[in-house]
Amino acid sequence: MTDSVLRELADDPSSRKRFFKTLGGAGAVSAFTVLLAACGDDDKENGSSRSSSSSTSSKQDNASDLKIVNYALTLEYLEADFYAKVIDSGIIKDKATVDLAKRFGETEQQHVDGLKAAAKSLGGTPVKAPKTNFDDVLGGGQKRILATAATVENLGAAAYLGEAANIKSREILASALAIHTVEARHAAALNILIGRGFGGKGGLEGAIPDGAFAKPMGMKDVLAAAKPFLA
Amino acid sequence: MDSSRPVAPELATIEVHGSTRQAFILRSTIAAGAAYGALSAGPLLARAFAEDGGGDVDILNFALTLEFLETDFYTQAAKQVSGLSGYEKRLTRELRDNESAHVDALTATIKSLGGKAVAKPKFAYGGALGSRASYLKLANTLEDTGVSAYNGAAPMIKSADVLRAAGGIVQVEARHAALIRLARGKPPAPLPFDEASDMEKVLAAVKPLIAT
Repeated sequence: MTDSVLRELADDPSSRKRFFKTLGGAGAVSAFTVLLAACGDDDKENGSSRSSSSSTSSKQDNASDLKIVNYALTLEYLEADFYAKVIDSGIIKDKATVDLAKRFGETEQQHVDGLKAAAKSLGGTPVKAPKTNFDDVLGGGQKRILATAATVENLGAAAYLGEAANIKSREILASALAIHTVEARHAAALNILIGRGFGGKGGLEGAIPDGAFAKPMGMKDVLAAAKPFLA
Repeated sequence: MDSSRPVAPELATIEVHGSTRQAFILRSTIAAGAAYGALSAGPLLARAFAEDGGGDVDILNFALTLEFLETDFYTQAAKQVSGLSGYEKRLTRELRDNESAHVDALTATIKSLGGKAVAKPKFAYGGALGSRASYLKLANTLEDTGVSAYNGAAPMIKSADVLRAAGGIVQVEARHAALIRLARGKPPAPLPFDEASDMEKVLAAVKPLIAT
């Protein structure tokens, strides 16, 4: 990235500080919570299947959605834990960057909480947090840490996209979509800030890595990509 | 606001084709929206969609209208806005090309479903392209609106293939929104859960930009 503004941000701590300060954003009433509350009131009838002509939401549909919710929850645990460990490590000294990691980490934690509630709304049990290991990444210092965060956010976005069409319940789908685009926003921001540019050639690097049409990733590929971070 | 005054009469002429009853309801309610203002039409539109999703072609045509708008907006911006940095110029062209690709894809998808794509409306941006700041501000609004529009409509989509396509597009809109927000020094992801707007809200944001 040869550009002035971002170059300035990358090179000049004070300008970066001003910039990152703005990344804090406003807390907001969670639409997710409202949605889940509404969803909880629904009769099973109202959870509509996309392709099925049946108007009833079966136990099978709920089980299928629960599996997807718990999969997403696992990824969100991983992300939230990563940001928490990054902050705890004290490796990143620059306050503005720490604030960014905190902000993104808090959002991932809200995704964790939302998905746990979603799992319960489906009559299921939320999975437990996976044991993680980020020692290698943390040992690699700030540059490696931010590069990993940028890649993992792209992975998260691709994972949600990979499952969206498999979700049976309209309410769970709406919730997943609301998270999906936030992962995409995180991914775009981190990738551009660390100088990867737009990308556009596919893979998990770049602010718009697949060009105009984002590509999904299936569970198997996502879990393989996340495996190095699972203890 | 005088709600009896036509806000954007040409919206009434947007053709929503489709053989379903829902398409007819949607067509009628869009016309009502044009005649009486988005506020009064909103509940009607919401109901039209709630009936049975309004049909995938109708949702795609709604999305297509937004993509037409974004494509035209960045095309004009690339030509007109002065004071952009090198990066901001590249960003503008990247976004223009992405939105244009969305227009082509949506048009093709509508045809593949046996529907007819809406015609491209004429747009006007007031003075928004007069400065870097006002350009980026409107771009911010359009991208956030685009994200919320897709997120609001996507759960109503019936075809898994169409949903996948819409998902691949909305993710890119979210990336655009973050990049435009960063260029403005704004938080790229202001909410933990992105909004899902109903058509009332989207129409309210978009209508002032549709030229008479």
